[in-house]
Amino acid sequence: MEKIYNALTDIVGSGYVSKEPEELFFYSRDQGTSEPKIPDFVVMPRTTQEIQRIVLLANKEKLPIIPMGGSLTLSGLCIPHRKGVVLDLKRMDSILEVNETSRYVLVEPGVSQGALQSYLAIKHPELMHSIPDAPPANTIAGNILIHGSGHLSQETGFHTEMLNGLEVVLPTGEICKTGSGSISPKWFARAPLPDLTGLFLGWFGTTGVVTKLSIRLYPKPLKKDVMMFVTENPDHIPDIIYRVTGTKMAEDVNLFAQPKPDWAEGFQQTVINITGDSEEEMSFKRRLIRKSVEHYIKSKEGGFMLVLPQLKPAMKEAPLRELTRFADMMKGGGFEYVGGIIPTESFPQAYYDTLEIAEKYRPKWSIMCRVIGRGHAMMFAYSWPFNRADAKDVEMSRKALFESNISSLKNGGVIWKSELEGQRMMMEKMDPNTLNLLQKIKRTLDPNGIMNPGNWEVV
Amino acid sequence: MYELKFDEKMCAVCETCDCLVRCPYLNLDLEHAKKEVEKLIQGDNSMVLTECVTCYSCEEYCPYGNHPFYRIVELQESQDIYPAPKPIMNQQIKSMSPVGKGKVEELKDPVISLCAFPEAKKALRGDLFQNPNNYFGRDYFCNLMYLHFARSSIIKERLPRIIENIWKQKLNKSESKELICYHDECYATYTSWAPAYGIEVPFKPIHFYEYLYNRIRASMENITPIDAKVAYQRPCSNRLIPEQQHWVDDIFELLGAQRVKREYDREDALCCGGILRMQGRDDLAHDLQVKNLEDMEAAGVDYCVFNCPFCSYTLSEMVKERNIKPIMMIDLCTLSWND
Repeated sequence: MEKIYNALTDIVGSGYVSKEPEELFFYSRDQGTSEPKIPDFVVMPRTTQEIQRIVLLANKEKLPIIPMGGSLTLSGLCIPHRKGVVLDLKRMDSILEVNETSRYVLVEPGVSQGALQSYLAIKHPELMHSIPDAPPANTIAGNILIHGSGHLSQETGFHTEMLNGLEVVLPTGEICKTGSGSISPKWFARAPLPDLTGLFLGWFGTTGVVTKLSIRLYPKPLKKDVMMFVTENPDHIPDIIYRVTGTKMAEDVNLFAQPKPDWAEGFQQTVINITGDSEEEMSFKRRLIRKSVEHYIKSKEGGFMLVLPQLKPAMKEAPLRELTRFADMMKGGGFEYVGGIIPTESFPQAYYDTLEIAEKYRPKWSIMCRVIGRGHAMMFAYSWPFNRADAKDVEMSRKALFESNISSLKNGGVIWKSELEGQRMMMEKMDPNTLNLLQKIKRTLDPNGIMNPGNWEVV
Repeated sequence: MYELKFDEKMCAVCETCDCLVRCPYLNLDLEHAKKEVEKLIQGDNSMVLTECVTCYSCEEYCPYGNHPFYRIVELQESQDIYPAPKPIMNQQIKSMSPVGKGKVEELKDPVISLCAFPEAKKALRGDLFQNPNNYFGRDYFCNLMYLHFARSSIIKERLPRIIENIWKQKLNKSESKELICYHDECYATYTSWAPAYGIEVPFKPIHFYEYLYNRIRASMENITPIDAKVAYQRPCSNRLIPEQQHWVDDIFELLGAQRVKREYDREDALCCGGILRMQGRDDLAHDLQVKNLEDMEAAGVDYCVFNCPFCSYTLSEMVKERNIKPIMMIDLCTLSWND
């Protein structure tokens, strides 16, 4: 181990490698319920070439590598399940290029959401990227590579659909590019080449270390408003989503349901964000959205709540800071949720399942959904905060999360950014040929099995 | 339970049916109005029950004080007619239910009820007010807003307890046993609605404007005249207590503010549209708001003055867009006060 430590020091410099227990402690865990696992080392490389050298060393030493951005997946995807070296990529935090005309930005993997958001606000105020509802320290790369979603996803899909290409260090050490960046100096599209980018999306770092990403930027509107549609019957939701998204007027559509505060219990709140460049445009959009759900208003089954002016700023934020309040509801710093990517029509059953699970294990629960695409899917978050200092509380959350996974799959969905247990459940259900293909790709790209082992592994 | 003091015979012999003929939204002629009044007397299904926008105007228009609006609300509820979508109604009912956490406080006079508007607390500052005692919270909420949702039953259920809470927890040390009501709606609850249902109110409600007027009048040397043209957005609940309207003019006079003559003011005031939007009647709300604001603009006003926070939430942004300054009455007074 000393030999490996010295080799890593030689690559990144002594200030950027550690085997000290107090530092490894932080890299052994995340905010979720996964058991902590202490790595052998943590390194913070600055360049693609340093990463390449680390990967070559890891192959030689059969040392697991765990790429890490903000480590905010909550589901243990950056926890070193088989020890090894955690590759903390946050030093690679350069915003390399903004192309205003073709609207893309090329970033390194350590660039955070907050850093890009601020950079664009100052340097390119007419442009924005799609922002997830996660702490600003969340990295662009981390979110995209797990098929994240954000405030533009209702219009443009998962964040992976906004990706133009990557630079990657393969598990065998080669550096390669995908998308137009592999042919052109411009990183503006993935099509029409064979789409190699997909080999690195949703794989949880098992197929390589991403060292550059090009993501699409979008025009930033001048105005933003929020409308809140309230219902008492979750069975109405798929139709409401269908109608609202069918207007093509909303920027973002989210749903919330929770038992607290007490007036919220039993209601579903569909929060619709609209944007525009003029009041005329905004009025037009509001009118069309209202008209789309007129049937529910007339039958008195749903209605638009007056959103108080003092509450609107918080509701219009991206990211939504208010969500962090719920995350720490148990005042113990523990939070994890199952993000089921479900077909829109599965919302009611997923909702009822959540209530059932809450009844069994957790008095405090929350449902948060984001509509992806024009109602093509929903990210249904079964959310369970817990007190990390209370082992029983942690265990109850684990059980709730386990049953949430079952609910997602039972309702025809797929578990997003799943922890190992959920991955196993999905692989058990998976088409055998698909599973074989998945394993084949992993073995081909990572013959020594060094990349974030444990993930997408058939036992 | 409490019964509305509604005199059917009085309505039956009414020649003018002012309640419906003068309604700004129904557009009924006398003949049609008489037919609908008959239905309301009999408790039948009248188009009034579904078309009513709940602006409270008919309470003011009725020359006999026979509570036509309260009658409409009773019938709406008994016939399961919902002015607003049920989830909105139910959420509002839940959100303001008493929580049983009221505290006994030894408050000396003057005692001001801020009802459900804690934001008004910070406006009660400076020498103009000299830190009057005040309180707010769900355990003291007047509940009258449920008239907009056709839920007299909720008010009947909660109000006696609310009155008891105020009496025992907030006015126990008051010498005058007077309660200054910040909002027209609270004052109207205790002086109009409660008596209409035979609910006893042991304290003496004082309209906030009466209190304001007396405070200002007692210290006129501290007033710098505002010298501005103002429009007043009359809240719907003031229709239940029209005898209190004069305080608005009296205060403006003290402040040197000129209340402009305009079409949609006083008895012809328009609803702010907030409740209409909650009911899902956005087109009507929009039309009213445009008419109202164009009226203010044509009159060349500098300020649009509110008393009701809900009216203010609904209209302030639109008012600003027309280069008119939205302001609460309490802030207008503070503006002219030399601290």
